[in-house]
Amino acid sequence: MEIIAHYGNLLIFFAAIVGFFMAWGIGANDVANAMGTSVGSKALTIKQAIIIAMIFEFAGAYLAGGEVTSTIRKGIINSAYFIHTPELLVYGMISALLAAGTWLLIASYYGWPVSTTHSIVGAIIGFSAVGVSVDSVEWGEVMGIVGSWVVTPLIAGWISYKIFMSSQKLIFNTSDPIKNAKKYVPFYMFLAGFVLSLVTITKGLKHVGLHFSFIESLEIAAAIGLVVAIIGRIYISTIKIDPEADQSMHYANVEKIFAALMIVTACAMAFAHGSNDVANAIGPLAAVVNIVQNNGIISGSSQLIWWILPLGGVGIILGLAIFGHRVMATIGTGITHLTPSRGFAAELSAAMTVVIASGTGLPISTTQTLVGAVLGVGMAHGIAALNLNVVRSIVISWVVTLPVGAGLSIIFFYILKAVF
Amino acid sequence: MPPQSMFKNLFAKSPIEPIKNHMDTVTKCSELLIPFFQKCSQGHWVEADKIRKQISSLERDADSLKREIRLVLPKGLFMPMDRGELLQLVNRQDKIANTVKDISGRMYGRQLQIPLQFSDKFLLYTEQCINAVRQSQKVVHGLEELLELGFRGKEVDIITEMIMELEDIEDDTDSLQIKLRRQLLALESSLNPIDVIFLYQILEWVGSLADHAEILGTHLELMLIRS
Repeated sequence: MEIIAHYGNLLIFFAAIVGFFMAWGIGANDVANAMGTSVGSKALTIKQAIIIAMIFEFAGAYLAGGEVTSTIRKGIINSAYFIHTPELLVYGMISALLAAGTWLLIASYYGWPVSTTHSIVGAIIGFSAVGVSVDSVEWGEVMGIVGSWVVTPLIAGWISYKIFMSSQKLIFNTSDPIKNAKKYVPFYMFLAGFVLSLVTITKGLKHVGLHFSFIESLEIAAAIGLVVAIIGRIYISTIKIDPEADQSMHYANVEKIFAALMIVTACAMAFAHGSNDVANAIGPLAAVVNIVQNNGIISGSSQLIWWILPLGGVGIILGLAIFGHRVMATIGTGITHLTPSRGFAAELSAAMTVVIASGTGLPISTTQTLVGAVLGVGMAHGIAALNLNVVRSIVISWVVTLPVGAGLSIIFFYILKAVF
Repeated sequence: MPPQSMFKNLFAKSPIEPIKNHMDTVTKCSELLIPFFQKCSQGHWVEADKIRKQISSLERDADSLKREIRLVLPKGLFMPMDRGELLQLVNRQDKIANTVKDISGRMYGRQLQIPLQFSDKFLLYTEQCINAVRQSQKVVHGLEELLELGFRGKEVDIITEMIMELEDIEDDTDSLQIKLRRQLLALESSLNPIDVIFLYQILEWVGSLADHAEILGTHLELMLIRS
């Protein structure tokens, strides 16, 4: 207790710096995956993608990031074990941040694709199980989270398969694909706007101070979806159809219309990513701040401090602004075979899956969900060639990242304990 | 250094573009047979040799493209079509170029002159065999649109129609070949017997271009049905 009274502000400051850099790293690296689809399919330029990402990542983090943050903050470990030693929880959360940050730095250096989410979850489990007590980990919750890592890519794959098949049936496989594209693309826009705003309104707006009943939420979400669809429709009607283009390249004009849809799904993807991944950086920070501000009293029902989510959002934006361009260029050039009509299906389904996970408070990997979604389009015979080795590297990243994150956080935990 | 993106690694190089390029090269190679035969029947062997060299170099190009395609098709790729079948498809395409090279090599090596009474019909026959190759080239180009449609729907019908047309062309070359054989039989006594043997062989080889083209089409049709 004394330690917290003495060094409280120092600890917060330290945690805030580390958390901010994590957010910065998420902005610099992870966002590129989420937005790379749009850049690769040439629906957006890199600059446009970054601007969209900045706006919607922040909005997602701020408006819908609360649930996942609360899972990271207090869902994985049982705080009852820390009531008499709240400083251990503070050290632990800081070690978790340090561990995840270190591991991500190492992984980036060697070019290994690892997930921020897995690192932070592993790190939190690590310090809690080894540094305190195996029982202090809410294993039931952890199993749920790990299970969701397997399930979300599958769900995203299934949804994208369905979306892609529906677009084939409604648009491509008809006698007048251009006319049908104009007709049906706004529906997909509606779907994106509706699902995202519904999850946000029902799950995310409490801390902003807005409360709606479910019916009200439905109505507002439908209204937002409609507005998106109408704007989209107007935008589509301004697209110039060039009959010449279709002779040299089939469906060039249809793809133009899908490119408009991809702007919407890119916004959705950035929003979803912000809503889920911001917690990786600021969840532990939120825990530290809460304990210190309550003078060491851990209360399960405490609200999130107001400045935490914006801090994460700003971190992501800065990371994007400084390094996003380069990373996005690297990734965007690699996925040139993804046309807008395929990219939208993958993005839309990944965004919906991720945002629903965010609403339920499940910290998942956005990248892996997107990989699942792309494989779904592949299952529908939509993509020329996909590398299945990636599936193996996903599984390896699950198996490796958890223990490594845990091990590192145990080391940092004992160091911090010794220092104070 | 940014971490390698799992997401970026997910996308492998599409095999369709190189397969199209290979088929284009093969078709170009077979089209050279017409000027080559013209020079042969006129007895301009120096110019015939020039064309033969062009044929050889196109055949080599096709070979290196084939190798390239094999390299972009490692195991563990997830594609709308079967990997083995794509490789078979390329091999079949490559056989066309090989046959063209064999024909030009044999003709030039033996300085085999096409009898004048015979050459018009023979060129017509060659043209029709090349048409079969061109038609199969069109079918191969359709792969891309098929992919765009997820291998379903109206594009499948268009491709099936193209393949039926290809079969008609091949039938036509068969009957042309029968006529040419009959004509050659009538001329046999007036020609060098060894030349006659090789002329029959060349007739067969040219006809096999259309056969390969037809098998190529059937192969693609089977791929469609299965996927």
